[in-house]
Amino acid sequence: MNEKPEKLIDKKGLRLDGRKVDELRPVKIEVGILSNADGSAYIEHGKNKILAAAFGPREMHPKHLSQPDRMVLRCRYHMAPFSVGERKSPAPSRREIELSKVIRESLEPSVFLEYYPRTGVDVFIEVLQADGGTRCASITAAALALADAGIPMRDLVVACAAGKIDDTVVLDLFDTEDKVGCADVPVAFMPNLNAVTLLQMDGILKPAEFEKAVNMAIEGCKKIYEIQKEALKTKYMLIQAEEEVEEE
Amino acid sequence: MSSLITRVRIRQIEQLVEKGKRLDARGLVDYREIKVEQGVIEKAEGSARVLLGKTEVLVGVKVETGTPFSDTPNNGVLTVNAELVPLASPNFEPGPPDENSIELARIVDRGIRESQAIDTEKLCIEAGKKVFVVFVDVYVLNHDGNLIDASALAAVAALMNTKMPNYEIKDGEVVIKQGYTQLPMKSHPITVTLGKINNKLIVDPWLEEEQVMDSRLTMAFNEEGNICATQKGGSGYFTQQQISEGMKLAQEKAAELRKKMKW
Amino acid sequence: MPTYFEKKQLVTPGELLAEGEYMAGSNTYAENKKVYASRIGLANCDNKRVDVVALRSFYFPKVGDMVIGTVIEVGFSGWTVDIKAPYTALLRASDVLSRPFKPQNDELSQVLSGGDLIVAKIASYDRTHDPQLTVGEPGLGKITRGQITKVTPSKIPRVIGRKGSMISMIKQETGCQIILGLNGVILVTGKSPDDEDLAMAAIQKIESESHTSGLTDRVTQFLKEEKAKVEENKNE
Repeated sequence: MNEKPEKLIDKKGLRLDGRKVDELRPVKIEVGILSNADGSAYIEHGKNKILAAAFGPREMHPKHLSQPDRMVLRCRYHMAPFSVGERKSPAPSRREIELSKVIRESLEPSVFLEYYPRTGVDVFIEVLQADGGTRCASITAAALALADAGIPMRDLVVACAAGKIDDTVVLDLFDTEDKVGCADVPVAFMPNLNAVTLLQMDGILKPAEFEKAVNMAIEGCKKIYEIQKEALKTKYMLIQAEEEVEEE
Repeated sequence: MSSLITRVRIRQIEQLVEKGKRLDARGLVDYREIKVEQGVIEKAEGSARVLLGKTEVLVGVKVETGTPFSDTPNNGVLTVNAELVPLASPNFEPGPPDENSIELARIVDRGIRESQAIDTEKLCIEAGKKVFVVFVDVYVLNHDGNLIDASALAAVAALMNTKMPNYEIKDGEVVIKQGYTQLPMKSHPITVTLGKINNKLIVDPWLEEEQVMDSRLTMAFNEEGNICATQKGGSGYFTQQQISEGMKLAQEKAAELRKKMKW
Repeated sequence: MPTYFEKKQLVTPGELLAEGEYMAGSNTYAENKKVYASRIGLANCDNKRVDVVALRSFYFPKVGDMVIGTVIEVGFSGWTVDIKAPYTALLRASDVLSRPFKPQNDELSQVLSGGDLIVAKIASYDRTHDPQLTVGEPGLGKITRGQITKVTPSKIPRVIGRKGSMISMIKQETGCQIILGLNGVILVTGKSPDDEDLAMAAIQKIESESHTSGLTDRVTQFLKEEKAKVEENKNE
């Protein structure tokens, strides 16, 4: 499968995986699947399979990294060696280090760090299978892991990418489209606050195309946000609305 | 990790920005004074030194021969590395590149790579076997804010200054000849970084402003005014409107810088 | 001005709960005259105050709370105690020893060492230092018998039940003494390990089914059935 496809969108306007230009890949999320983590989530976004876990708030080790007035969020994005076509060395690559940083910066605006001074919360992301857009799916899962850990947040953070293939701006690129296409624009978003917490682009886009891609990605984010909320609610779903206990 | 800025200073900077001013009497969207010198390290194939206010970045380019990547057998290789040298700031520690230097290197790399600044096809010596490998090493010598723009500028200036050795193929072996050729370039990307302080956008944040701002937005532009790289950084966020506003502002400033550099 | 949820509706972090002249209660926050949820839970409005009963939270130390903790380390002048919170707690030697503390003579590890369980109260705590514990009240001190189990702290009220109905029922059915730490750690002391296991199983059942109704009846039923099984096995 090393041949580069010539056309990424066919005459009927369908992409290589049969999707329309503004169609998302299927997304499936499960919350609270790891018993040892304080919070966790598993996401399947297209062929991406990603696990996220949160530990904390807890005392930081080493202690000198803690901040006197807030909680420190640490994030590790890591890909399993078998997650990609050609085996990837388990040692952290420069890409993983950069992604760990931008993912952390996409989650920080949502967490009430100032509530828990001198503590830390660690978020671990493991990409078990990758097919384009892993940083976005990772953020969507990581935010749920934090919420599942009971950490107060301003909003869930959800992420989605848009890009340009064959001269058309499209939503949610999968791996081949990302490699062969002209641009990739991942966006992380807090829908209730209209806040973009991650924004990157590589490729070449006219300014108008860039704006179109950002807007398209945000619309994709809003759709995934509904799935995110449902996944969180499902875990804590009430069988009946009644509670026997009086408010004490 | 940053050395502590006092609350009084933070308020001072915020209040000034509110009034459209900055500590060094710049406007919100003005760059500091820029000085670019090329060819400062003779032993490197190319080099440039940029002074952006007091921020100083030196970029050295080394060109060697090597093997191409399997998925691009006809293209030369570009690799960008950045060192936040300990003498540049009390906060830089010796050791392997940390996330900040890796992010810096990758942003500079993206601007150059995606704009196709280097004509990598012309770096091919023998398809699939031998190509020129261009090593761009960003050396931050003094950190006074906005390392990204200074490094990106220095990197492109250094590439423009780079000469590749001439060669010929004798009996299947690459032999270096006398003389040099200028590194073939197709584009000169310009990178602009904005900071956000209390919902106001500023251009070219300096060191203390970087400790007050809640996020930054970097964009790289090519000659046509098209965007070839974007990176949001920091623990804050931008609204959709602020992104559009930022994009237009960055585009304007890139055009201004381009005129100034005569690129 | 409106609220945007029904009573006891399940809400997620970031959901808009109310707009206008409302107070942001527990597990909510206010921005621009809007009140949002900050944790997943059940939303409620009472007298213009919007609260969310969090379904998932962790224990946050409060002065006066009774907690059950595990001694982690013996230090120079006291012990560090794990109270299952974001912060470890400290118990000063001077609090435990009834006389002045002499570092050269007193061997702290003889009094309390790593792995010991204690029931204590939070004597002091603020943002700048870790919680300090005290055992200087009756009913507090080292735990020598019994077993411990853990529930989510916000479920402790459920374990207590309406007017204490749930906890009294468990105590009665199992003959165990039960101490509920507000940090979610529960100490069960019974006449036999079997009795203790039974009580702990009942508590875990409450943890997993706390959001349902008719729970007291079901737990009572569960205990009676389990006890009947044990009786049967004895008679075989």
